[in-house]
Amino acid sequence: MPISPTDFDFVRAMVRKESAIALDPGKEYLVESRLTTLARQLGLVTADQLIEEVRRKPDNGLRYKIVEAMTTNETSFFRDVAPFDALREHVLPDLIARRAAQNSLRIWCGAASTGQEPYSLAMLIREHFPALASWRVEIVATDISREVLDRARTGRYSQLEVNRGLPASMLVKYFEKEGIAWRVKAPLRDMVTFREMNLIGSWTGVDNADIVMMRNVLIYFDVTIKKQILANVRRVLRADGYFMLGSAESTMNIDDKYTRVPVGRTSCYQPLGL
Amino acid sequence: MRALIVDDSRAVRSVIGRSVRELGFAAFEAGNGRDALQVLATEGAMELALVDWNMPEMSGYDFVCAVRANAAHSAMRIIMVTSESEMQRVVSALEAGANEYLMKPFTVDALRDKLVLTGVLDN
Ligand SMILES: C[S@@+](CC[C@H](N)C(=O)[O-])C[C@H]1O[C@@H](n2cnc3c(N)ncnc32)[C@H](O)[C@@H]1O
Repeated sequence: MPISPTDFDFVRAMVRKESAIALDPGKEYLVESRLTTLARQLGLVTADQLIEEVRRKPDNGLRYKIVEAMTTNETSFFRDVAPFDALREHVLPDLIARRAAQNSLRIWCGAASTGQEPYSLAMLIREHFPALASWRVEIVATDISREVLDRARTGRYSQLEVNRGLPASMLVKYFEKEGIAWRVKAPLRDMVTFREMNLIGSWTGVDNADIVMMRNVLIYFDVTIKKQILANVRRVLRADGYFMLGSAESTMNIDDKYTRVPVGRTSCYQPLGL
Repeated sequence: MRALIVDDSRAVRSVIGRSVRELGFAAFEAGNGRDALQVLATEGAMELALVDWNMPEMSGYDFVCAVRANAAHSAMRIIMVTSESEMQRVVSALEAGANEYLMKPFTVDALRDKLVLTGVLDN
């Protein structure tokens, strides 16, 4: 049974309030199918029953589950390639030169999903910047979804996942086989700290960041929220730090206080006034 | 650009063949390692080989070793495409000179990623 307009509006308002994810008209089918899956996991049958339940007793746990179910977690190792080339060829060498006195770097992945992005970064650092082994390098990976964070922390990936974008040379070096899964080895896992953080909530432990990656998440938000988040990123990013967005995203026409730095086939952003 | 698809299953050859043709390759096929060497001998050097592991006559592993012993094909990028998914297999394939390793079953996106990783395809 298709979800009713009232139910859709109810879910839409709730998801927007809790996560900023904008479910525009036309996304009824998506809400319907995600919530039906969730309903079944919770021992119910239909999406309506689930919505009725959350209406009847506004229980935060259930609200959270619904919001979480509406997140899209698609990701892959070294996604889009070019941003990782940019990190290797320009961003990291530049920051290593600038931070030679402190010997420390802080990198924040602001929508890390199941962890492929921060682990790709960790592999890239181990592989190409051996000097950083003696630095204090923090990779903080956050997401709104506890479910993806739990998966990310285990470092376990399916064959389908390691097939995507991960060089075989890195698979043999940084993973071990566990049953039919592939698991990131402990030393690499230890380089990344996973933490729950809502991008429209308060940001803790990510200030003075040298690199902020916030890829393929702003696309789900309205422009007001994008503006607010881009302004906040300027606040946590160090003046000579780098900001990276997804391949279809840009600060242009949203926040004019960034300067675009073209690197190879992609672009990074830095706060203006450097 | 030319790609050689080496697999004893005709169905697999045709699936891979269709994908690489869509990406702009001319595709050649062989049903085992020995036939693949024959194709290379008559057709000349190719940019890419997609090679199964277990095949009659000559395995993909032996094919990789034979090809890597021949300087005429040193520029050829080799991707093992196999249902063998033990760590030791991946290690051996890379040591023998394969450039990449793709585990069956795989998606077209995963194949594309591997072509990008080996440098025969632009992202
Ligand atoms: C498509 S994934 C992007 C993963 C990775 N950055 C990449 O580019 O491959 C988007 C992620 O954003 C997260 N997300 C959505 N809304 C969020 C919010 N308000 N706060 C934090 N994370 C959020 C989702 O849970 C999801 O894991």
